[in-house]
Amino acid sequence: MSRIVPEDAKRVAALARLRLDDEELSEMTAHLERILGYVDLLSEVDTADVEPTAHAIPLATPTREDEPSGEFAPEQAMANAPAAEDMAFAVPKVLDDEVTG
Amino acid sequence: MSEPFGSVSELRSALDSGETSSRELIQRALERAAGVGERLSAFVGLQNEQALSAADAADARRAAGEVRSPLDGLPLAIKDNIVQQGEPAGCASRILEGYVSPFDSTAVAKLRGAGAVVIGRANMDEFAMGSSTENSAHGPSRNPWDPERSPGGSSGGSTAAVAADIVPLALGSDTGGSIRQPAAFCGVVGMKPTYGRVSRWGLVAFASSLDQIGPLGHSAADCAVLLDAISGHDPADSTSLPEPALTTASALTGDVSGLVIGLPREYFETEGADPAVLELVRAAAARLEAEGAKLVEVDLPHSRYAVAAYYLIATAEASSNLARFDGVRYGRRAEGAASLTDLYERSRSEGFGSEVKRRILLGTYVLSAGYYDAYYRKAQKIRTLLRRDFEAAFAGCDVLLTPTTPETAFRLGEKTEDPLTMYLSDIYTVSANLAGLPGVSLPCGLAEGLPVGLQVLGPPMEDATVLRVADAYQRLTDHHLARPEKLA
Repeated sequence: MSRIVPEDAKRVAALARLRLDDEELSEMTAHLERILGYVDLLSEVDTADVEPTAHAIPLATPTREDEPSGEFAPEQAMANAPAAEDMAFAVPKVLDDEVTG
Repeated sequence: MSEPFGSVSELRSALDSGETSSRELIQRALERAAGVGERLSAFVGLQNEQALSAADAADARRAAGEVRSPLDGLPLAIKDNIVQQGEPAGCASRILEGYVSPFDSTAVAKLRGAGAVVIGRANMDEFAMGSSTENSAHGPSRNPWDPERSPGGSSGGSTAAVAADIVPLALGSDTGGSIRQPAAFCGVVGMKPTYGRVSRWGLVAFASSLDQIGPLGHSAADCAVLLDAISGHDPADSTSLPEPALTTASALTGDVSGLVIGLPREYFETEGADPAVLELVRAAAARLEAEGAKLVEVDLPHSRYAVAAYYLIATAEASSNLARFDGVRYGRRAEGAASLTDLYERSRSEGFGSEVKRRILLGTYVLSAGYYDAYYRKAQKIRTLLRRDFEAAFAGCDVLLTPTTPETAFRLGEKTEDPLTMYLSDIYTVSANLAGLPGVSLPCGLAEGLPVGLQVLGPPMEDATVLRVADAYQRLTDHHLARPEKLA
């Protein structure tokens, strides 16, 4: 039986780049525990000799020539940017972040 | 024109004879979308001007004898997660506020080529995560049969729009039942094609190994026309089947004699399933038997593990797919972020609704170090066993006949407290996605005034067969002609 504590939910939220307030944290902890408790049902199946399925209809990975296809222009690609400068996506500084984050 | 839309072939005749025009059809659809559609919250956006000018172009083609396809000039709705160039695509999420797609999905491009007219974007559960359309940033859609009830989900807006006769056809997407379950709840036909039949290019990804776009309509025959139009190999989707477009519409012979129909024992013994639903499904099987089909009981011994395996795999894939929504390149960015991590966290926390956050957390957990084998890999192995169950069953029958859902449409709010209760309502639909099978839901009667869905599942690639069985049933019965009275 999976025991999920708020620290687990917090750790996973950090991995997923989500921030949970206290109420969300307690609700998500309870929900994760409930759902993971349910999926423990799978442990009753012996799968030691079973190969995993990633795709139901296996296809060989197709390849193609590496040629420019001109999907859309840079201006179009940038058109949805919440903030842009000189045809680049603008974001807050990252350096301090890596050290502390 | 106040008469309801007819079938695709009736509409085509009416257009050919000049009894109506595409402009008239599109105007009617737009009026109904703004009227009854508004009351049902079926749409998140209408495309009035574009649709009317596309209608005029269709009328001009018809006048010039240049009709492109059986869908030329017909109105349809598309789910808000299938992108169109120059139009918003929001997935009913705050995080995609302001997003305008720079490209067409392959399905929409094919429909444009066929002359079909998109009138608007349909409401849905945020990022297609849900079974009730209650997880929409725009508020829940309502069931035309009873507005206090859910139309199902996640393609609830598309389905309600068809059921309320706003459009004769719509596109949904089905990751674990998101076309078939709302079709069952709203008394229409909805089909999930074999995985890879319809290109996923331009379908915003939820769980890539499970997602398929598919048709919704009032009949299997109408859905066949729409499926044929959007199917076929697409180099832009590496999981697209290497087959040409389908021609299922010409395979609807109405003949079921000699067809062997399997009834999965486990599906009829599910705890909590409404006996009235099971009874109508058995009656439908008996009706086909009377036409010469043979009924056999089959076993799908791993069925009880399907929902658990599904929610592990789907959330794992979702947590990975939804990492792209970070407020940097498109969509909604949180204000006042102090650093890049702060920007990611704030944008995602403000932009995603709670069910999406829950699934991202669950998916991240099951993929995280130390848990991968116990959860994700275990679920993938169960997926193998489920596939083998179907292979063994289909060795002895042509199709399976099952309920689509264990019960009829539930009330809004009834299942929102406990996510697991909502997940368990997908018990009959998730396996088809895990195994890649084609499946269609069609109405087979009413239980206490609410539609009941009959599901036909076939082996991979047998899209035409499941539609043929559904169509044969509809030639014998008139359940698909029933319309919601409360709506009038």
